[in-house]
Amino acid sequence: MPQDIAINGDNAVALAWKQINPDVCAAYPITPQTIIVEKFAEYVANGEVDTEFVCVESEHSALTLCTSSASAGARTFTATASQGLAYMWEMLPITAAMRVPLIMAVANRAVSGPININNDHGDAMAARDCGWVMLFSENVQEAYDMSLVAPRIAEHIDVQLPCMVNLDGFVLTHAIERMTTVDTQAVREFVGEHRPLYPLLDTKHPVSHGNMDGPDYYYPHKYQSVVAMEKALEVCEGVFADFKRITGREYKLVEEYMCDDAEYVAVILGSSFGTMKATVDRLREKGLKVGCAMPRVFRPWPAEALAKVMAGKKAVVVYDKHLSIGAYGPMFPEVVAAGSDLEQLPKMYNVIYGLGGADATVAGFEKSFEAVVNGTAQKIHYLGVRL
Amino acid sequence: MTSLAIKDLQKLPVRLTSGHRLCAGCAESIIAKQVMMGSEDDLVVSLSTGCFEVSTTVFPYTSWNVPYVHTAFGNGAATCAGVETAFNALKKKGKIKENVNFINFAGDGATYDIGLQALSGAMERGHRMVYVCLNNEAYMNTGIQRSSATTIGAQTTTSWPGSVSSGKKEFSKDLTAIMVAHNIPYVAQVSPHNWRDTVQKSQKAFACGGPAFINALSPCPRGWRFASDQTIAMAKLGVETCVWPLFEVVNGKYELTGESARIADGKAEKKPVMDWITSQGRYKHLLQDKNAPVIEQMQNEVDRRWNKLIKLTELD
Repeated sequence: MPQDIAINGDNAVALAWKQINPDVCAAYPITPQTIIVEKFAEYVANGEVDTEFVCVESEHSALTLCTSSASAGARTFTATASQGLAYMWEMLPITAAMRVPLIMAVANRAVSGPININNDHGDAMAARDCGWVMLFSENVQEAYDMSLVAPRIAEHIDVQLPCMVNLDGFVLTHAIERMTTVDTQAVREFVGEHRPLYPLLDTKHPVSHGNMDGPDYYYPHKYQSVVAMEKALEVCEGVFADFKRITGREYKLVEEYMCDDAEYVAVILGSSFGTMKATVDRLREKGLKVGCAMPRVFRPWPAEALAKVMAGKKAVVVYDKHLSIGAYGPMFPEVVAAGSDLEQLPKMYNVIYGLGGADATVAGFEKSFEAVVNGTAQKIHYLGVRL
Repeated sequence: MTSLAIKDLQKLPVRLTSGHRLCAGCAESIIAKQVMMGSEDDLVVSLSTGCFEVSTTVFPYTSWNVPYVHTAFGNGAATCAGVETAFNALKKKGKIKENVNFINFAGDGATYDIGLQALSGAMERGHRMVYVCLNNEAYMNTGIQRSSATTIGAQTTTSWPGSVSSGKKEFSKDLTAIMVAHNIPYVAQVSPHNWRDTVQKSQKAFACGGPAFINALSPCPRGWRFASDQTIAMAKLGVETCVWPLFEVVNGKYELTGESARIADGKAEKKPVMDWITSQGRYKHLLQDKNAPVIEQMQNEVDRRWNKLIKLTELD
């Protein structure tokens, strides 16, 4: 039976994994993902899962082992954060190009240097071009729910891509929230039996995985991933619809809050979407017609759904919890591009916030969003930076 | 176990086909075939990035008649471990019935250097795999750069002999000893000229039930500068000079094999390192008078390691 429980984000991910009971899990602990690995190790120790659990010697080996395990035909999970994801980077595009549907939770944390263990999106943003499906969560419930939908999306015959489930470090990983679980039997039915394509362990039908491509095949193979990503948009919508049928909880490619009649919209990712909703409430009380949106699915980039949100707005402000130094926040140009076919592109603003765990408060959001409404905002605003 | 008679070995399935793109005279495919002859069970092969990988799997072709996987350069052991872990998971669930053996082939760059961490981790965790280093003593795939397996005095494209240089300055790393220190059930050195020794050791490696490490001397005509019809002669000379002794370490117990056992028993001559040096263009500069001390250093080091190895075989 579904239960209402109090749980932190990391434990919620571990619980989802336990219910799915993957074949293989290999991971290396790193703050703030550690609890996922520790909790899952406890499930293994107590026989609550029959997963082969491998404590690898590094994140590079974690993702390597998971990639070949998935190639071999096993449903495979891992988790990391920050430097761990950076250390995995070499493998990220390889995993995607090998079209293995493995699942990785990322407890979003700032990337060194300076070394910093707190939350921002520097780790995920550096991984965005690698060909992974990327889902983001606003709260603990969503971190759990995204962990349950991820294998359905990744393993879909039209997708066959690895999937990253992002949850903000500490803000979600370590914060205890109320959450409603899904019955384990329902989870197993929803996720279903794993049916790998061309697994290595089908030794009677040998295949070669990870071959070398010359220019004649490299580009076409990359394009195949483009097609899979495009399909993934539809697949996400379908899986979200199935998930709603068993839980009643509804997810969309782009989540919206008060956007319909809004003249000004903030686009924001992850846990700060909640903070922004509270900000919108305050500004609405002041009579300002504002709303906010979050790309639930960051890869594939839901450009069309975002363009619909942006259509007819006076201004759109993109809040980025990361910075492409020398340019903009990484999400900003993508939102601009999403709106570029609109009859009239709204005025576009970029706010950089929360780097390395810097405060992301309603007060800060309110002031910066209000400046956009008033037309006094700068193109790029570094919110709350102490000079 | 399969008989080691040639007439029986030749009946074994062809797991690596001809038509691959390795250089003429390359020892890697020879060693790989010998190693794979050691497994009666089905195989999954993984390769670290390197000569062998780029030469056998250029899409849309593959030379492999067994399942094959490659991911990257420094992670061959982890790649192989992933397949083995998946096997364990699926076997436990009854989805696989038959036994499968797992091999990772990697060059010395992918083993001694960039892949050492992943190798050490996989060995420590006890993955049931046979890790084979195809040791041609330099980064041949990128054009003959020095590795930590390169011997002292060798010319490579990053250790040129010059007015103030005699080639590579350092002795090679004793990786086989490092692998023995992992206390894994089976470690061996092999050389492709002694095919019977290599196949037999491979049989033992597959049968040991845990991680096994085989370090294979892989003469490289391009990198070592010798004629491509001399590969097997070169492999043999490496053993006869004790530059590359043949031995195995079974559960910690050292034993010399093949020509090395005969040399230790006084039944065969231990040839001078000078024979080795004069056989290959990579050492040509060492014949200049000013480099005589390097030859002496090399002989002393070969002797020191050989004498130590004999002492190790005397331990219980």
